[in-house]
Amino acid sequence: MTDIPNTFNLDGEPIRFEPGETILQAALKAGHFIPHLCFSPEFKPHGSCKLCIVVVNNRTGSSCAMKALPGLEVQSDTPDLNHRRRTLLQMLFVEGNHFCPGCEKSGNCKLQALAYDLEMFNDHFTHFFQPREVDASHPDFFLDRNRCINCELCVRASRDVDGKDVFGLAGRGRNSHLVVNSPSGKLGDSTFAKGDKAAEVCPVGALLPKGQGFKKPIGARLYDNAPISQSFGVKEEV
Amino acid sequence: MSALETAERPETLRRIAIDPVTRVEGHGKVTLLLDADNRIHQVRLHIVEFRGFEIFIEGRPYWEVPVAVQRLCGICPVSHHLAAVKAMDLIAGYSTLTPTAEKLRRLMHYGQMVQSHAVHFFHLASPDLLLGFDSEPTRRNIVGVATDHPEIATQGVLLRKFGQEVIRMTAGKRVHGTGAIPGGVNKTLTVEERDTLRRDIPKMTEWARGAVKMLEKLHLTNPNFYNRFGEFPSNMMGFVNSAGEMDLYHGGLRARDAKGAEIFDHVDYSKYNEVLQEEVKSWSYMKFPHIKSLGAENGWYKVGPLARVQVCDRIPSELAEAERQNLIAMGEGKPVHGTLFFHWARMIEALHAVEVVGQLLDDPDIIGTDLMSDKGDRREEAVGVIEAPRGTLFHHYRVGEDDLVKYCNLIVSTTNNNQAMNEAIRTVATQYLTGREITEGLLNHIEVAIRAYDPCLSCATHAIGQMPLQVELLDADGALVHRASKNMG
Repeated sequence: MTDIPNTFNLDGEPIRFEPGETILQAALKAGHFIPHLCFSPEFKPHGSCKLCIVVVNNRTGSSCAMKALPGLEVQSDTPDLNHRRRTLLQMLFVEGNHFCPGCEKSGNCKLQALAYDLEMFNDHFTHFFQPREVDASHPDFFLDRNRCINCELCVRASRDVDGKDVFGLAGRGRNSHLVVNSPSGKLGDSTFAKGDKAAEVCPVGALLPKGQGFKKPIGARLYDNAPISQSFGVKEEV
Repeated sequence: MSALETAERPETLRRIAIDPVTRVEGHGKVTLLLDADNRIHQVRLHIVEFRGFEIFIEGRPYWEVPVAVQRLCGICPVSHHLAAVKAMDLIAGYSTLTPTAEKLRRLMHYGQMVQSHAVHFFHLASPDLLLGFDSEPTRRNIVGVATDHPEIATQGVLLRKFGQEVIRMTAGKRVHGTGAIPGGVNKTLTVEERDTLRRDIPKMTEWARGAVKMLEKLHLTNPNFYNRFGEFPSNMMGFVNSAGEMDLYHGGLRARDAKGAEIFDHVDYSKYNEVLQEEVKSWSYMKFPHIKSLGAENGWYKVGPLARVQVCDRIPSELAEAERQNLIAMGEGKPVHGTLFFHWARMIEALHAVEVVGQLLDDPDIIGTDLMSDKGDRREEAVGVIEAPRGTLFHHYRVGEDDLVKYCNLIVSTTNNNQAMNEAIRTVATQYLTGREITEGLLNHIEVAIRAYDPCLSCATHAIGQMPLQVELLDADGALVHRASKNMG
């Protein structure tokens, strides 16, 4: 029996992994950034945002959902893949209503940080400007669907960690939107509470505590001093 | 109010448009209607852009407003930031601030006063004053000033830079920072930052004073022209503190009439709508406020530097007060109303702002770390007012129990000056243009009058939903066939 080392190559660099890990998990653990939005190491991979797309042995796929295997040749940081990621980001920006200049998540927002890091200089596509509901019915948190990117991190956190199933997605295509499991459909009537795991996982400014905005000065925010590709190990604060 | 607002038979007159008005913030145009003998029958300043912040801030959480609403301007965003946060302090339940928080906000505000006044005088106005109203237009700009008067241009750039650095160190960015939050501020001033700013105070004071002296000299050289250009009587309004002194951050409203007599004094600004009223007109996106008790015809007023230096009893800083006395002396016991006095008053305020920045930097509280005060009871409604570089700025909000904004009303400095700016260009048109062959240099006289107010046209247009509109259908001979209108005053 031959002893095959648990390593694969990412953009030419050898990456060690533990059996069962995905390519993205192993890469992040080894300090190599692959852009991602709907992935969190605390939850089951989802594979929906497609930002973590890589080419593995000439086939493309989501690195968050592909198991690492010995000897894989993985390409991530290439002009073609980054161009596709940029296009995905542009589509997210025009689909929602993301007004970074007035958004309290600015500087701490993963979507914004990735757009900077991947050099998204314009929106390219025509904005949908869809009317989206702001739900401020909860005393401690508010839900701004204008900024929601349907990553389902809150859905998974509420279901898998909080055991509450407060959130879900409804509608199809451009009408997909976050819904709240309560008699009125309002957050204030749900079992959601400020200590929930779901309250701290939103990568954008869709689900945020009330009355806390802009407490961190410019210069002390998560992505002020280094791009996300160099600061991804930093725990995001809520 | 001048008779030149509306001509009787506009269809018979020749139209000249200054479009766009240059070296102002925002987009506006002036139209003049003249007869065959070049006599002027109508002059209007039109604001042709529309912002609409009053509506789209509705439905947003209150703590977002001070940062979001400042985006309506790139020159004096600090004013909107602070006026909004003063209202939101009260809405969130903070009736007082810690000494450090209030002083840091004041520092930010007076820093902005330096940068905004510097950019206006040196970059936008000085080409007219230093090179001549009818000098070669291709050179009548900051590049022309830098060529002919490099030391003055350099001082302007560095004064502005100093003000911007004050803002950066208190708000996090030179433009559109986030320093003030309901209940206090989010950033301390470090000892290093304080010392960096302190080092520049003597030089900045010298340059600001030099600019005041330059303007004084200009007026003394040719008083008949500079004192009388665009001169018309008007009411004036501004903030004063409880001692009647100029305070650009906080105070009560004081208004005087054209002769200097008091109209009202120490009015609590949260009751502004008891003394002021807004009116809309069919030909502008900008509202026309006036003093309620005097009515629309006689109640319009000036705000900004020239009003402020004349409604206050004194300026609480030594050098600026001495310069104010020199300006006041020009009126020989009466208020001065010449449009170009605005520049002189503006640079007196810039000098005052540098002095105040120096005083604040010497105060040990400025490097304190107690940034947030204790929270009390929430309110549903509040008004925040500040003296912005261009004049008194009102932010009025109502916020629901769910923390979302339900109502917003902004009366922006330039809006307060709307009627006065129109009167200024009508006066100048009467003084210099009527009956003469119209040249570019003469048309620039109109722009000089507008520039003196340092208008921020982009800030000033928000009246969605009540926009007056009139459509007229004329036949080939110009006769009216049909007219439809809505919301006409």
